[in-house]
Amino acid sequence: MKVLYYPGCTLKTSARNFEDSAKASMKILGFELEELERWNCCGTVYSLSSDDLMHKLAPIRNLIRVKEQGDNKVVTLCSMCYNTLKQANELFREDEDARYKINSFMEREKDYEGDVEVIHMLTFLKEVVGFENVSKKVKASLSGLKIAPYYGCLLLRPRSAAIDDIENPTIMEDLLKALDTDVVDYPYRNECCGSYNTVNEVGLVVERTYKMVNIARSSGANIIVTSCPLCQFNLDARQKEVKEKYYDFQEMPVVYFTQIMGKVLGIDSKYMGLELHYVKPELLI
Amino acid sequence: MDNIIDKISDISGENIYACYQCGKCSAGCPSVEQMDILPNQVIRLIQIGRVELALKSNAIWVCASCFMCSVRCPRGIDLSKIMEALREIHLREDIDHIDIKDVRRENVYELPQIALVANFRKQTG
Repeated sequence: MKVLYYPGCTLKTSARNFEDSAKASMKILGFELEELERWNCCGTVYSLSSDDLMHKLAPIRNLIRVKEQGDNKVVTLCSMCYNTLKQANELFREDEDARYKINSFMEREKDYEGDVEVIHMLTFLKEVVGFENVSKKVKASLSGLKIAPYYGCLLLRPRSAAIDDIENPTIMEDLLKALDTDVVDYPYRNECCGSYNTVNEVGLVVERTYKMVNIARSSGANIIVTSCPLCQFNLDARQKEVKEKYYDFQEMPVVYFTQIMGKVLGIDSKYMGLELHYVKPELLI
Repeated sequence: MDNIIDKISDISGENIYACYQCGKCSAGCPSVEQMDILPNQVIRLIQIGRVELALKSNAIWVCASCFMCSVRCPRGIDLSKIMEALREIHLREDIDHIDIKDVRRENVYELPQIALVANFRKQTG
């Protein structure tokens, strides 16, 4: 079965292991991720100003592309893309005035009514594939892994974009358990990694990463799993700066949930992209 | 618009005066350690007309819109939108928080695009 899929920019560069492992895993599960034609940048961050409609054009254009391809559902992997597309879609569903103005402004596009469904891959795996069916395809057992699932912000907040309970989500844990892996409970799994502050406030992100990795380790984890290429970068690559500041710091690998899934389902190692990680996930090699 | 408090209400679409200073936003904010003033103090400064102090704080730039405060506020205020409005007041006057030229070339190659695009979207006008 074909599934229309929106990749976003970073899945074509630093997070191509996220896309590759997802595509290969989905193939084993019987689904082919078909890339949306002529997709553009999602905008990355959803504009929170009520009078700023201009920055909502980019995500909406992508949803118009979905309609053009004769579909009404689009699946995303990157948490930031998911959140931006989802929030823009919600605006179109709820705010008639904004919808009218944006539709009028985009003269060369067909009017859009907010009728595309923006779905994160975790939701797709839960509701369409079914975790029980994922479970049936488990090939390799990953003993020794103690996984700390990291949600971050954008899969859970704001409320209109939440893929699960905003304070106590279990969707990632449920998937990982279906994959026959050990999951660790720990605090801060829903907190912000520092996000784009990593460009001009590296120190801020270093403190955050130090705190996150240490709390995951003291809770018994030896690997962190995420769904966001920016969380992945901050929690993984910034460990270099953390080590320079804290001599007693012990590194921990940070991978995408699709890489755990891929390993367990037995995808070819060329789709794992482990060379892209700063801290090498030895347990997945 | 001359009145800056009206301008903040207008851009954010939020009622500044609905806040009764319970502090739940600051209790849950994962970024308070790096902020010079607390999120509830940002909104209090606006309420008492000391907007210039809120605008000067680093808190409005440290906030990365994680929406923790917005989902927990018992008064239903979306503080992340008020933080955005304060940033916007600077950016709309053409006062950027960062100079893109300061981002070093080697970092541009290392950073994911979503970090750069998000940063420039939030901190430049």
